[in-house]
Amino acid sequence: MSLPKWADVVLIPLINLLLALFVSGLVVLLIGEDPVNAMQIMVKGAVGSTYGWGYTLFYATNFIFTGLAVAVAFHAKLFNIGGEGQAQLGSLGVALVCLALPWPHWALALPFAIVGGALFGAAWAAIPAYLQARRGSHIVITTIMFNFIASALLVYLLVGALKAPGMAPESARFPEGTFLPNARDIFALVGIKFARSPLNVSFLLGLIACFLVWLLLWRTRLGYEIRAYGHSEPAARYAGIAPFRIIMITMLISGALAGLMAVNAVMGEQQRLLQDNVLGAGFVGIAVALMGRSHPVGVLIAAVLFGALYQGGAELEFETSVPREMVLVIQALVILFTGALDNMVRGPVTGAFLHFGRRRPKIDPAE
Amino acid sequence: MELITIIQILDSTVRLATPLLLACLAGLFSERAGIFDIGLEAKMLAAAFFSAAVAAMTGSVWLGLMAGIAASLVFALIHGIASITFRGDQLISGVALNFLASGMTVLIARDWFNEGGRTPALIDGGRFQEITLPFANALADVPVLGPIYSELLSGHTVLVYVAFLAVPATWYILFRTRFGLRLRAVGENPGAVDTAGISVVRLRYSAVLIAGLLCGLAGAYLATGLAAGFVKDMTAGRGYIALAALIFAKWRPWYAMGACLLFGLLDAIGNRYQSLELLGLPIPTQFMQALPYILTVVILAGFVGKAIPPRAGGQAYVKER
Repeated sequence: MSLPKWADVVLIPLINLLLALFVSGLVVLLIGEDPVNAMQIMVKGAVGSTYGWGYTLFYATNFIFTGLAVAVAFHAKLFNIGGEGQAQLGSLGVALVCLALPWPHWALALPFAIVGGALFGAAWAAIPAYLQARRGSHIVITTIMFNFIASALLVYLLVGALKAPGMAPESARFPEGTFLPNARDIFALVGIKFARSPLNVSFLLGLIACFLVWLLLWRTRLGYEIRAYGHSEPAARYAGIAPFRIIMITMLISGALAGLMAVNAVMGEQQRLLQDNVLGAGFVGIAVALMGRSHPVGVLIAAVLFGALYQGGAELEFETSVPREMVLVIQALVILFTGALDNMVRGPVTGAFLHFGRRRPKIDPAE
Repeated sequence: MELITIIQILDSTVRLATPLLLACLAGLFSERAGIFDIGLEAKMLAAAFFSAAVAAMTGSVWLGLMAGIAASLVFALIHGIASITFRGDQLISGVALNFLASGMTVLIARDWFNEGGRTPALIDGGRFQEITLPFANALADVPVLGPIYSELLSGHTVLVYVAFLAVPATWYILFRTRFGLRLRAVGENPGAVDTAGISVVRLRYSAVLIAGLLCGLAGAYLATGLAAGFVKDMTAGRGYIALAALIFAKWRPWYAMGACLLFGLLDAIGNRYQSLELLGLPIPTQFMQALPYILTVVILAGFVGKAIPPRAGGQAYVKER
């Protein structure tokens, strides 16, 4: 018995989310705050002003890229847990492009930065992908290891070759020609007042990426092959799909998407290369992909939700004694309930559908 | 290099290898039974916090240890429920638990102690004291063997000795008892174990809970043996290094000890020397830090002997109806 599609795509994720929020509420209660009040502060902080929206969508842009990265890999049954490292390498690629030339205009720098970020991110995913495809090394473990190696590599470069004069281990500031147009400036052009926030044109890039991933997965031969391989490797092999090719291409796309996050975070906001510029967004991507059921539209919605969670969490710390780490807890519970405890909800829901389905009078087409 | 320098480095190797070894053996039990565990980090972190918190409040390191083990067991149980009972994805469960521990420990630490996510520094009774082995002081002056005995072997906290004794114990349990045979079988072919009338679920839960116990010891050692109190994210990736050591050791107890000592040595050398030179080439510290991970990838790639995990690892067992 399979569930109707709407129950699978909407109902179950919703129940999972509510369970996660319910447990989070209990945690808030335990540390002596009012969960309803906390929720109100978070919602208001995240979407109650243009300032809130600016930050929410800025974070969401990061999560769109890392979420898509995980989602694309999921379609080929590959668990890319290395989004963090790939995004770090992507930031290196973006930074190298931005620092290479005294760029005259952002519109010129952006395409090159996109290529830089995607290329470096993809390259960092290529080695684990090759090892999985040719040597059978478990991709989860290798990508975890590559996260640590990436972080060590970045520290090495930032205390050495790329270090700007001064104490802090960071690169020089990017030239002004690479600064991406801000949401405030764009909205000011049409006369709308939008508060200062790091939201920039990369958000549109994220939307385009969502569309392209959808196009790839459901409207191209390659996407079909990726999904076929994910459903059943023997069947795909029988149909003449080469596993090596699919694993490599899928992981290169996945790594490139993770690397593109740097266009938003590094080029769009920090405007220089910092030691830790990903700040766990690679891992949030896992939660986003799980919640969004690996569909670009789902990823987009989940990314905005998590963006709101991050921004709301920051406001929560301002106004109450609930620290920012609450966000981590909520995120963990969302991953736990949507990813690992899915069957806990699915079982009873399927049972309920069976139960109520049976009561309906049977219509036999033969009669 | 002088003997005393070498002994000091080896001494700190032993200290740094201890939490890795306990966590690595934890992973060994779990993965040999077919349950992947990337949540070693979570269990250690939870145990580190609760052991330090209870030790700080009661002044008793032993009560702290109990609390640490209990916290770790709770996390192990969640992992068990998710991956055994509800047949969820074991990797995803591990990822979730890592976040949960990282967030929860700081959240509770702030609520209880109000010191920005750390516990108060532990004093005398709240920490494990160093044990001086018999005659350690008397023998200290014997050349070569004296310092090795009194500096390197003697003067560790009880959990260090427990960790190293756990290696033969693990080997014995896994390879010389009926329970161990069944546990390994359930990681290779759960269907066969089930056919023999033995409960797969029960075996896997026992393995996961043993892992919880060992991670509890590892976390407690971090906060009340190696350090004097809990600080935010104090495990600092040790759970992943332990996982790396486990693969490096190809899921075998004695080799696990070797791998953990090797990674402990890398850590100890990195701590002692800010810059190193090998054959005239400077080696950056970051390279030393990344070396355990690089070595693991090389091993995984199968260029130096192939690492083959337990065959049923990561798969939930669905009983035939």
